[in-house]
Amino acid sequence: MSQARSLSPVATLGREARASYAFVERNWNLTKRYWGWEIAFLIYSAASSMSIMFIGKAQGDQDTQLLLFLAIGTLVWSYLNSVFMNMAEMIAWERWEGTIEYTMMAPINRLTHMVGQSIFAIIYGIIRSALLLGVLAMFFDINLRGANLVGALLTIVIGSLSFIGFGIIGAVLPLLFPEKGEQMTFIISSILLLVSGVYYPIDVLPGWMQALSTISPATYVLDAMRAAILDGTGTIDLLPKMLPLLVIGLITVPLGMAVFGYFERYAKRTGRLKRSG
Amino acid sequence: MSPQVLEPQAPETTSVIGIDLSIDRSMLPTIAEHGPAVVIRHASKVFSKKKRRTLPFRRTPEEPQKAVRALDDISLEVQRNEIFGILGANGSGKSTLIRLISTLLIPDSGEITVFGYDVQANEMQVKRLINRVSVEASFFKKLSPMENLLYAMRLYGRTGEDLRSEITTILGGLGIKADRINAPLEQMSRGMQQKVAIARAFLTSPVLLLLDEPTTGLDPRSKKDVQKFVHELRDRHDATIVICSHDMDEAEALCDRIAIMDDGQLIAIGTVEELKQLVRERDGLASPSLEDVFIALTGRNLTDDHEDNPAEAA
Repeated sequence: MSQARSLSPVATLGREARASYAFVERNWNLTKRYWGWEIAFLIYSAASSMSIMFIGKAQGDQDTQLLLFLAIGTLVWSYLNSVFMNMAEMIAWERWEGTIEYTMMAPINRLTHMVGQSIFAIIYGIIRSALLLGVLAMFFDINLRGANLVGALLTIVIGSLSFIGFGIIGAVLPLLFPEKGEQMTFIISSILLLVSGVYYPIDVLPGWMQALSTISPATYVLDAMRAAILDGTGTIDLLPKMLPLLVIGLITVPLGMAVFGYFERYAKRTGRLKRSG
Repeated sequence: MSPQVLEPQAPETTSVIGIDLSIDRSMLPTIAEHGPAVVIRHASKVFSKKKRRTLPFRRTPEEPQKAVRALDDISLEVQRNEIFGILGANGSGKSTLIRLISTLLIPDSGEITVFGYDVQANEMQVKRLINRVSVEASFFKKLSPMENLLYAMRLYGRTGEDLRSEITTILGGLGIKADRINAPLEQMSRGMQQKVAIARAFLTSPVLLLLDEPTTGLDPRSKKDVQKFVHELRDRHDATIVICSHDMDEAEALCDRIAIMDDGQLIAIGTVEELKQLVRERDGLASPSLEDVFIALTGRNLTDDHEDNPAEAA
């Protein structure tokens, strides 16, 4: 029996970090090459966000709190949905390009793959949301005086974790259903949008939807973000709101990895791990 | 005029890739000094193919799943440093076999080892030792050859300042002009894309290279380049090559031994001469070509299609 050459933990970490960077660099290159798509998506997002903001503005010119409530909703959702979709589409995208077999055949840990994908998803989401904020700031009075921006940033970082977990679980769908899996991920994101209080308070929802909102990480992200920005709540006081987020993240990321690993093996048993459907 | 005695020509030594790239294999898993490169013992694979339902969400008892036996109890060994060919018609199971070796499929039964590493139990070590070039070049179409190859090299743990110059050198050696290296790959011909695929495989320093119909659809010049490259990889870089092909001339020119597959079964295995001898003795053909051998042993042409084999459709 042959023996694997053993690397020191530092060397192993360095090797995995380089492999993770491969995904960041690749996705960045893809974003640059598909710049036309990026502009189209940004215009679509900006127009959607502005429509929501104009609905708020129509409720009364002086209600800046409502505008800020909606701005937080649309920006946070834009970010979280971007993180989710970046993760959930990673298999569908590679299948579309025809590269899935090469990536799955490469000698990298699946965790390394996911870490690289997550790092890019977060960077991409932040840049996209910052651009969106810039667009909204040109048209609406978004007053951030008194806001706890450090607390808001911490909330978004912790919130990203759980959306990465949901995204990994979502990525299983294109693995299992080559032709319709990508579309099925939209169901997850649309339900999260519906029940999480992105544009309205949770208490206007029917009881059963309110129950669903308790397991959506977006509910807690938005709650903490609004407390930090609208009310200026201190970071320490935000911690109880962040705790459920942390718990959901610590559950969904390992759960997502386990689910992905299980279905990757299933795809290999059934011959679904290939470029075409 | 008296007949001219020709001096035997020296073997061609020009490298297809133009330079003598040294492959760094220090990061590869240790492999034993002796023993075969690939051992396949009783490998079988069956795919179930669902029949389309007449009504949504309703499965009726008269719609059983159709089973396709893609591989049926295959056993073979590929020796180190060998160029081993697999010949078979579409759907014969040859691509399924390649996908099993390359860890993209899990066998239903049997055992497959690569340099002593089991493809299931030691998946990561096997992945590090192999690479594959398939019939489709399989790249990110909008990315350039440079961007695609950088991605591949980083996935295989390659690092350092000289990655870009290494990529430029190997692509230049394969006849790809400098101004194409940073242009989107989709603007290149299929032959050029396949050369980039070969460069990708080479740059990840595989000990076992799996070539799944790498020259299908290429022009004669590109075919020759690929064939020279295969010989070079074996002769100068100590690699073992497994190649699936439709092309009898290519198989005869390249392969030390050939396995003939039909309907998921291994029909015959041997050198080209051994296979021809088999048919000479069995069927009384005086000087059979490899195509005659294939037809005699399988009862069909290479261009015939078998029943649908889901894994062969890739």
